[in-house]
Amino acid sequence: MRANTWAGRNKVEVRDLPDPKILNKRDAIVGITSTAICGSDLHLVDGYVPTMQDGDVMGHEFMGEVIEVGSGVPADTLRVGDRVVVPFPIACGACAACAAELYSCCENSNPNAGIAEKMFGHPVAGIFGYSHLTGGFAGGQAQYARVPFADVGPLKIESDLTDEQVLFLSDILPTGYMGAEMCDIRPSDVVAVWGAGPVGQFAMDSARVLGAAKVIAIDREPYRLRMAEQAGHIPVNFDDVDVRLRLLELTGGRGPDRCIDAVGMEATHGSAHIAAYDRIKQAVRSETERPHALRQAIMSCRSGGVVSVIGVYGGFLDKFPAGAWMNRSLTLRTGQCHVQRYMKPLLRRIERGEIDPTRIITHRLPLDEAPHGYDIFKNKQDNCEKIVLKP
Amino acid sequence: MELTAATTVRRAGTEVYAFWRDLQNLPTFMAHLEQVRATGDRTSHWVAGAPFGRDVEWDAEIVDEVPGEKIAWRSTGNADVPNAGTVRFVPAPDGVSTEVHVALVYDIPGGAVGKAVAKYFGEEPHQQLDDDLRRFKQVLETGEVVRSDGAPWGKRARKEFPQRPAQPLSDAELAEGAGQ
Ligand SMILES: [Zn+2]
Ligand SMILES: [Zn+2]
Repeated sequence: MRANTWAGRNKVEVRDLPDPKILNKRDAIVGITSTAICGSDLHLVDGYVPTMQDGDVMGHEFMGEVIEVGSGVPADTLRVGDRVVVPFPIACGACAACAAELYSCCENSNPNAGIAEKMFGHPVAGIFGYSHLTGGFAGGQAQYARVPFADVGPLKIESDLTDEQVLFLSDILPTGYMGAEMCDIRPSDVVAVWGAGPVGQFAMDSARVLGAAKVIAIDREPYRLRMAEQAGHIPVNFDDVDVRLRLLELTGGRGPDRCIDAVGMEATHGSAHIAAYDRIKQAVRSETERPHALRQAIMSCRSGGVVSVIGVYGGFLDKFPAGAWMNRSLTLRTGQCHVQRYMKPLLRRIERGEIDPTRIITHRLPLDEAPHGYDIFKNKQDNCEKIVLKP
Repeated sequence: MELTAATTVRRAGTEVYAFWRDLQNLPTFMAHLEQVRATGDRTSHWVAGAPFGRDVEWDAEIVDEVPGEKIAWRSTGNADVPNAGTVRFVPAPDGVSTEVHVALVYDIPGGAVGKAVAKYFGEEPHQQLDDDLRRFKQVLETGEVVRSDGAPWGKRARKEFPQRPAQPLSDAELAEGAGQ
């Protein structure tokens, strides 16, 4: 099969590889019809997430048709021919984490749990195409993928919704939604979202759906802010204005009630010495994160508010504003998305027209053009917001 | 050397105990064990893989047992690596799960075999026991040892990290793995 692979720092390469095979009884093999490039794929390509190997198949957002099922997949869950969206966290459905619907913390799905345990204190779930820290599972930017615990994760699509309407149920739509849900939004709330990338856009839409009075988009790319504005959100360009002052202005001096960090470890900021400090520490690997957005969210949030973190962090950061967090009664909530928990309810919202996931797609490319896709997405060229790849 | 480790399995204590008590199940999740054969109600013969194609074998007997709660065993006779162990099964506070507490003691003997065995078993023995228990939990909760493309051979000692690239196996690799 053809597959997009990690080929060293800042390099991906489409190669010919063997087709995937059933390795566990509850596996399925999916023939992929649509897949996407995610912002967190860029962290892997940049080399900020350790344990990538030359030849790792990339990609954790994919859907397609089941072409083979293992002997342990009950026929009432999944059959050959089913059309499915595959959630990015691999979850067994049987452990205590899965029983609590904390699927991205599944205790059984990461065969490399020992390494994750050293890094994080406790292991996390296996994730497709997402380094050996999360299990060494081949990803979905390929013609075929092996899907473990196929009786638990994949969502069957039985209506005539297009791939593009449902593909993002695999990750970014539930991730954005969970970011908003963690905010416990009340009707009077003003919600500020750092990052107007795909996840940020869906966090904004979700905040609106969950009843926020006002949603503010913070980014530096005019095309992303335009996209947010067209969806009814208020744009704030941090290259043009002082974010904190603008947020105070927009909230009558209170600060946003709920703040969502949809940026994560590679935040950029035009000014501030602290950004340069982070960049240097990150370069010498004494800090793995540039937590600029997180710091700004904590400093800007109104007292007693919630800061919800869905941007990806991989390791350690310093200059965390613990004083603001503690003294002003802020609640900090976070998590890799427990996608399985949200797929069905969000599918219903798509069917009812409450959320239009297709609004963020700017590029559709054949799989073989994945390297070009990574390039324009990473460098924010050609107004690139979200790329769907067709194997 | 003494090692302890614990895990929590989301299964009833009777089931977790029964799986362990059938000692022939141990090699499905313990990296070094190749075979455990029951030779009597409380006696068994153990075979562990060791370097240079040489297996280490010993007889063992259960010396203390409280059904559903505890199994204690020790090697008997002239074992290459004299060892003893206890596993206790304790109800977890959630009322559903079972805590599994393992304590192992073994003597690494002198001589060439001893050195090789110590090296083989001793690289990160605590990590290996943790990983063994992780696979024990996998088998009981999910039905088998979980395999990824990067770690496709399940319980292969010392081959879990670094892994192979996370991409599908060739037919040759698959055949090689099947023999493990
Ligand atoms: Zn993603
Ligand atoms: Zn699980």
